[in-house]
Formats: sequence, C-alpha cells, structure tokens
Amino acid sequence: MLGTIYALLFYVATALLVVGLAMKIRKYARTPAPLRIPVTPSPTTRTGVILRMFREVLFFESLFKSNKWIWAFGWVFHMSMWLVLARHLRYFTYDVWGWVAFIQPFGTYAGFAMVAGLAGLWARRFLVERIRYISNPSDHLMLALIIAIGGSGLTMRFVAHTDIIAVKAFMLGLLRFRIGDLPADPFLLIHLGLVATLMIIFPISKLLHAPGLFFAPSRVQADNARDVRHVGRWDNEGEQHD
Amino acid sequence: MTEDIPQMDDPLDIPCLKHGAMEGLKPFIAAPIHQEALGFPGELVPDWKERALEKMAEMAETNRAFQIYLDTCVKCGACTDKCHYFLGTGDPKNMPVARQDLLRSVYRRYFTFAGKYFPWLVGARDLTEDVLHEWYSYYHQCSECRRCSVFCPYGIDTAEITMAARDILAHVGIGQKYSNEIIGKVHAIGNNLGLPAKALGATLEDLEEDIEDETGVSVRIPVDEHGADILLVTPSADFFAEPHIDGLLGYAKVFHEAGVSWTVSSYASEAANFGLFIGNQDQMREVSLRIKKAAQDLGVKRIIFGECGHAWRVAYGFMNTLAGPFDFLDQNYPIPQHILEFTWDEIQKGTFTFDKSKNDHIRLTYHDSCNVARASRMGDEPGGQFEIPRNVIKAVCNNYFDMERDTTHESTLCCGGGGGLLTDDLMDLRVKGASPRMTALQQVTEDHGVTHMAAICAICKTQFSKVMPKYGYDMDSILSVHQLVSNAIILTGQEIDDAEDTND
Ligand code: SF4
Ligand code: SF4
Repeated sequence: MLGTIYALLFYVATALLVVGLAMKIRKYARTPAPLRIPVTPSPTTRTGVILRMFREVLFFESLFKSNKWIWAFGWVFHMSMWLVLARHLRYFTYDVWGWVAFIQPFGTYAGFAMVAGLAGLWARRFLVERIRYISNPSDHLMLALIIAIGGSGLTMRFVAHTDIIAVKAFMLGLLRFRIGDLPADPFLLIHLGLVATLMIIFPISKLLHAPGLFFAPSRVQADNARDVRHVGRWDNEGEQHD
Repeated sequence: MTEDIPQMDDPLDIPCLKHGAMEGLKPFIAAPIHQEALGFPGELVPDWKERALEKMAEMAETNRAFQIYLDTCVKCGACTDKCHYFLGTGDPKNMPVARQDLLRSVYRRYFTFAGKYFPWLVGARDLTEDVLHEWYSYYHQCSECRRCSVFCPYGIDTAEITMAARDILAHVGIGQKYSNEIIGKVHAIGNNLGLPAKALGATLEDLEEDIEDETGVSVRIPVDEHGADILLVTPSADFFAEPHIDGLLGYAKVFHEAGVSWTVSSYASEAANFGLFIGNQDQMREVSLRIKKAAQDLGVKRIIFGECGHAWRVAYGFMNTLAGPFDFLDQNYPIPQHILEFTWDEIQKGTFTFDKSKNDHIRLTYHDSCNVARASRMGDEPGGQFEIPRNVIKAVCNNYFDMERDTTHESTLCCGGGGGLLTDDLMDLRVKGASPRMTALQQVTEDHGVTHMAAICAICKTQFSKVMPKYGYDMDSILSVHQLVSNAIILTGQEIDDAEDTND
C-alpha cells in the first residue's frame, strides 16, 4: 500500500518535473531576443561565453564579486548538494559505479555542509534588513523544504537508520516499473515525500533559476554587435534569430 | 532651496531602510499632445487594466529577457546594495530586486500558476491604479544603468524591467513628459533641442570663428556637406551646452589634424535616442533610421559618434539590428565608430602634437559612464571602453588619478541623471543618486588633490554641472574628454602664444 502510494507519487512528480521543465525551456528558447543586450565587458566569441558560463556555474563568479556572505553560503550549499545528489546515485544503479563509491564519504558529510549553507542563507533572510524586506513566504518555505529534506536524510544516515537495502530495491523496481514495498519508516517517508514535492514545484517556482541562467541574454550573448548583425523582428516578419 | 544631501563616509556605504522615503516622487506626466505624437493614447484609457496586461503578455512572448528575468530571480539579495538611488535615498523600493518586484508581483498574479492560486505565498498582487502610479514613481527612479545586473548571479538587468514598465505605462496613457516631448522634437526637427537647421549652421559658424580666434588656424565644422567621408553624429548638447561644446571643438580639431573630410547632418543632428529610455523599440528604431537616411543622403563612407553614453549603447548595440544593414558604408572601419576610437587610433599613429602642460592646471579623474561601461565596447578587446578613454586622457594630461576601483569600470556608479531622469522635476532624486559618485570623487580630492572630472556622456556632463556645486565643486569641474584633447593639441600652423600661458 505504502509502496504503491509512493510509487505513484514519484511517477507523477517525475512526469511533472520533466514535462514542466521541458515546456519552460522550450518557451525560453523560442521567445525571441529582439536586441543584443550583453552586459559588458563580456566575451566577444561563443567560446568565451561558454567559458564565462562555466565560471558562473562552477564558482558563482558574479555572486563572488557581489557579496561574500551570500556567495559563501550559496556556493557551499549548491556544491554540497551536487555531491549529495551524486552519492544518491548508488540507490538507482544495481552495481554501484566506482566513482559513486569513491565520493560516498564526501557525499555523506556534504549533507552537513549543505544544511549549514542553507541555514546561513535562511539566517540572512531574518537578520539582514534588506533581505528580510524582499523575502516572500515562498522564499522562506523553499529553504525550509530543502533543509527538511537534508535534515531527514541526515537523520536516516546518522541517527535512525532505515532499511536502506529495501529502499534501494524499491527504487530499482520503480525504474523497471515494478512496484515493491517501502519500509514504513517515518523519516524515510518524510524525506521522499518532500523530495517529490520539490520535484513538483520545480517548474513553477524560482528553482527556474537553474535553466534560466543559461538563457539570460545579459550573460549568454556574445559582445559582437558590430561584427555579426543581430536580426530582430524588423527585418522580415516571422524570421527570427538569436 | 535646501535639499538634504546624503552624508556618506564611503561611496558604497549601505544605508538603513527608510520606508517610503521617495514615495510619490514623480516626473511630470506627458500631456496628450506629447503622447499622441508618439502614437500613445493621450491619457489613461478606460480599459487600462486589460491593455496593460495585454502588453505584459506580449512582452513575455516577444522578449526573452523580460520573461527570463521575471522568472529566475531567487531573491538572494546580492543586488540590494548595488543601486546608487538606494544608496542615496535608503528607500527599499530603490533596491533593484524590490524595483523588479513592483512589476514581478503583478506578472506573477496574472501569468504564473503560483501567483494565480496562491498569491500571498509568492507576493503576487492585483493590478490597480495605485500600482500603476507606484510604477510610474519608482520606474522613474531608475536610470537604467545596469549596475545591478553586473552583480546578479543570473545577470538580471533591472533596466530591462524598468523599460518594460515605462512602455506599458505609455501604452495605457501615462507617459513621461520629459522623454516623450524630446522624442517628438527629434521626429519633427531632428534633435532633442528643437534646434532648426539654420540655427545649427549659425552656431557652428560661430564656433569655427572661436577656434580661429584661439589658434589662428581655420578649422571647419561642416554641416550637410555632401560627399564628406565621415558623418559625425553627436548629442545636440554638444552644440550649445558647457562643457559639451568644448568637446565638439576637440572633435573638430582632431578631424582637422587627421586630414579627413567630415560633416554633421542637420537632419540627424542628434545622437541621443530617448526611445531607449522609454523602452520602446519602435521609437528607438525611428530615431535610428534618421541617422541611416542622413548617411545615405550625404553619401558618407563612415559614421562616427560623439561623446554620449546611451547614444553609444544604441549605436553600438542596436543600430545595426534596428536600421541596418549598413552595407553602403566602408566596411574597413567599425560601423559605427566612437570618436574616442578615432582619436586613439590617430594618437597611436602619431598624427597629433600635444602640449600636455596646457592641462597642468587640472588634476583629473574620469567617470565611466554607465552605458558605455556596461552596454557597449570600444576597440577590439573587451574592456576597451575603459582603456581607450583613459589612454587618450593620459596622452593629453599629466595629472590623472582613478577613483576607487569598486566605483569605476564595470562597477561604475551612475551620475544620477541618466535614463530619462535629467529633468528638473526629479532634482531631489538626481542630487541623492549622485551622492555615491560624489563621495568617490571627494575621496580622490582628499587623497590626490583632484580638481576636475572628465566624462564622455552628454547626460553625465549636464547632470554633474548641476549637482557638483551641491557637493562643493565648481560647475565647470566637469569636463569633456575631447575638451582636454582640444586644450593640449597644437594645430599645424598654430602660433604658440607664450603670453597666453602665463595669464591663466
Ligand atoms: S541579485 Fe539577482 S537573483 Fe539576487 S535578488 Fe537581485 S535580481 Fe534577484
Ligand atoms: S539599473 Fe541602475 S538605477 Fe536601475 S535599479 Fe539597477 S542599479 Fe538602480
């Protein structure tokens, strides 16, 4: 019974996440950019832009220039999250891949760093007057949600162990459209329920910053206006380039 | 008149929030005649709400930036202390993200799932007439300077949101008098001032005489000269305002010494393009098309732009898209070219003789204008827009000192009067918005005895000549870069008058 509910939940969540994101990305990609508006100085070539985006994604370069506190908390949170996510791959492959096994210890402790980063970001929403002013309830709830996911995960790992073998069997089953049993462990159910929630709200929330980053004209357009003519809607109706 | 001038120890000091500090501040609303001249409704239309939402939907469909910027903000707060108007006023609605939120809240309410069903959760709100007026107020407290965008992890450019909001407002009948009236003059007469061709010709003749009186050399400032190689498009302030005019004399001397043939056009006697400020691409296009027509009619081979910030943004970044292709021009030169690129090229070729000591009474710093710094380039390398003006300055001036690095280059602070705010009805905002820049200037005055500041933007120059006196500088402490060039250049055949040196 529990297995079936969670299985359905995950199928629905995955479908909403994938379809929702695909639709958003399609919309972003299809919406024309009438004018060239890179914020300069910016690279003049495509390669340059790709390098810049690498630096933005890996190091949060602009945020670093902007605010060291937000950068520190935000960067630690995001990078730890990647480690934690990578670590979780072991529950979705029958044989654990070598590199996944290798990062296992790092991924485990990254869970703490992730929650610490989130806590720092949340504290700023209360303590810094300017950020308190711009925060909506959804901004607080989003942090609460991810902290709860991290917290429930860490609890299972370090305090109240769950039957992880059974969880893995359940997940492997889901991938093959076989619905198995899930341990009726409260922390596990909370953890999985919140993850599904996060997946569902992803395409309709500010989590869209993840794909949005790659479409922001101010960052991803090359500074080559004088060399390459950017064709806007004025040339030929219906003919659009970016 | 006593304005309260913000006291800052450091140009980037973050103020405590002063809720409502600038509430209700509004530039004059355009009269029906100025609205209608641009094809906007004369006054607030009865179905303003439907029309505003329609316009917003259209923007989301046709402008990727609008849609992405509204969707991707995570409210991290990194931009909150980056706007000079916030630093100068403390009004929280002048924090870039809060400024975006004025519109984002409405966008969410009508165009997103969360905002439709859970408005309280995501700060979504209904569009009301009060909201329109709040927009009018705070979207005219943004100079579209893009400083916030540099510091946002997603590059969110509040200037784009400001432009969109102003465009929506104009479309429901609430346009800004200052900008719309000026655009109307460009359409009717050819420049922001409404200076007709005859008067322009007379002014330029006077200036030719001034140069001859000063140097003994006859230097021409041609108008509407068919067959000239270069069309100079410069802000009309260069024809009459100080210190702009001294910059124009500089261009004339530079062209003269370089031995090129050039002309200004009375039909396109304006580089400024306020279509950018009001966020209306079609207006921006019409103004740009005048320049193309002038270039074609006069049969020139090259177009060079004078010292003007947003004009250079439009020329560099948009003109080719809006009015191009410019395949009738000589493709061996950048299209368009900036006057500083031209001058720097010639300096490198050794074309000019300078007497740098002519600028020795000046201890100089340089203000990077926002549109040049963050929305364009000069030369072939990224950042040329910072290096080339400084190179030219250092070639003609012995005492040069940069302001604090956090307030120059891509982090430059707006003069406080850009983006269509250079109007007397916003003087309070202009003075406060200038305070971070003025504080940075005061620092180099203390540290290095700086007496003057140079700029390459007509708006910056006008703004500073108005606000610098409030911060303890003379109004002529702001200079054109080509004014410095003009001071130092020794024209071929010029008599060197020693007596003149001593009586400064
Ligand atoms: S820096 Fe960018 S993402 Fe952060 S609050 Fe400002 S606009 Fe939003
Ligand atoms: S564009 Fe400039 S004036 Fe406008 S909000 Fe950003 S920093 Fe402020």
